[in-house]
Amino acid sequence: MRAVITVVGRDTVGILAKVSALCVDFQANIIDVTQTVLEDLFAMIMLVDVSGMSLPFAQFKERMASLGQEQNLSIHVMHEDLFNSMHRI
Amino acid sequence: MIETKDILETIRMIQDENLDIRTITMGISLLDCIDPDTEQACRKVYDKITRCAQRLVQTGEDIETEYGIPIINKRISVTPMAMVSAACGDPLPFARTMDRAAEACGVNLIGGYSALVQKGFSAGDEALIRSIPEALAQTERVCSSVNVGSTKAGINLDACRLMGAIVKEAAERTADQSCFGAAKLVIFCNAPEDNPFMAGAFHGVGEPDCIINVGVSGPGVVRAAVSKYPDASIDQIADIIKKTAFKITRMGQLVGTAASQRLGVPFGIVDLSLAPTPAVGDSVAHILEEIGLAQCGACGTTAALALLNDAVKKGGVMASSRIGGLSGAFIPVSEDAGMIDAARAGSITIEKLEAMTAVCSVGLDMICIPGDVTPETIAAIIADEAAIGMVNSKTTAVRVIPAIGKQVGEMLDWGGLFGSAPVMPVNRNSPAAFIRRGGQIPAPLQSLKN
Repeated sequence: MRAVITVVGRDTVGILAKVSALCVDFQANIIDVTQTVLEDLFAMIMLVDVSGMSLPFAQFKERMASLGQEQNLSIHVMHEDLFNSMHRI
Repeated sequence: MIETKDILETIRMIQDENLDIRTITMGISLLDCIDPDTEQACRKVYDKITRCAQRLVQTGEDIETEYGIPIINKRISVTPMAMVSAACGDPLPFARTMDRAAEACGVNLIGGYSALVQKGFSAGDEALIRSIPEALAQTERVCSSVNVGSTKAGINLDACRLMGAIVKEAAERTADQSCFGAAKLVIFCNAPEDNPFMAGAFHGVGEPDCIINVGVSGPGVVRAAVSKYPDASIDQIADIIKKTAFKITRMGQLVGTAASQRLGVPFGIVDLSLAPTPAVGDSVAHILEEIGLAQCGACGTTAALALLNDAVKKGGVMASSRIGGLSGAFIPVSEDAGMIDAARAGSITIEKLEAMTAVCSVGLDMICIPGDVTPETIAAIIADEAAIGMVNSKTTAVRVIPAIGKQVGEMLDWGGLFGSAPVMPVNRNSPAAFIRRGGQIPAPLQSLKN
């Protein structure tokens, strides 16, 4: 299964590094990353393969959400199919 | 990779605009549980419901976590209980069994304490109907519905008369709980057999043994989409609503397919309904106001609602291969913040709501009426609404709550998804002589399609 991680918030140094570090820790394989900074708003979207992860998906989501809270960012992890089904015919 | 703006749009819809799956409802047939021995029959009913639905709530929660989309309710609908209990006599033990089974499965509501009497009462129907007030007072989770008319059969006026009294009694029996019994009772014309929404859900006899139906929501998303185009023409508005409905429905289709695969149960339908909640930003009335009405109930409300209802269906129909249930915009009063405001301000009346039900799904829903309204008047409200359904070949329903001991302007409050509503005025001229005639209103010409 592939999941989309979205990170939105005020731009600071090292956001991409912290999110990827968490992916590495739990063996989530990063497939694609896009990232933009509009004025000081940081928006990153990361596509990851979560099928070989070392912990259950729900816990991975919680870890990402708590990283978001620590860093004052909004981080969501959602199944890729949700976006595919809503935005592609 | 999916475009950034699409991803952010989806997240905004869920976070800020209350996009959710309103319900995953498992339909379960109880026809194989029929037994002349009440105890045996109830045991079979309990075993079958708990066996089929034991993983329903957990599966719903798993999908919620994985896809990141809230699934508000997991519910169960069963075969109209009058058919199951007919062989036994007293239907009340079946209501208690449904309640226990729902509790064991962890669902908050179970529908199907129902009877279909559009052409007359068969064995078990009348006993079940007469037991409804007691059943709704004794149980917490059981929902009840009665179909009193159809385009094919006409309207059973005897059943309307009986239901007028039953609605009132259901409210009286639960007067200490803000008359909540009546909020769990729906009277239909042309009731759909695959409706996932409570309180009117039941599992029709033409349905498979067990099935998953999904009800989507999303008034907040539609309102937000419309609000971005204050100068668009009305046909552009229709297009915007269609595109939004497409996205909402695709999500329903995705969740329904996932749930059916994981539970090993066939996928039934997606119900394309705009189902409001009392939460801020989740109101159908506010969509109508965004289209350009100062307040819901103003002249133009029916036209705007007709457009909204049609555009939701057109957008949704391409997004899912199986559409069913009620599929349209709901206009409950107590469950919609904009409707509550309009009712309190006197902008919307029962008569206007009745007109609106001719162009949208369902009918007079979650409306509080004064507690001293006579059973005959309630019966006549039911007959009026059934007539709209019968002639227009559509589903209509009545869920009115007589507010025992209260008068116009006072509030009933249930909290949660059921919300609160002011008591609305009702025309007090008596229809008693009409209702007492009884009999059957013949089916209209529209029924002769063969």
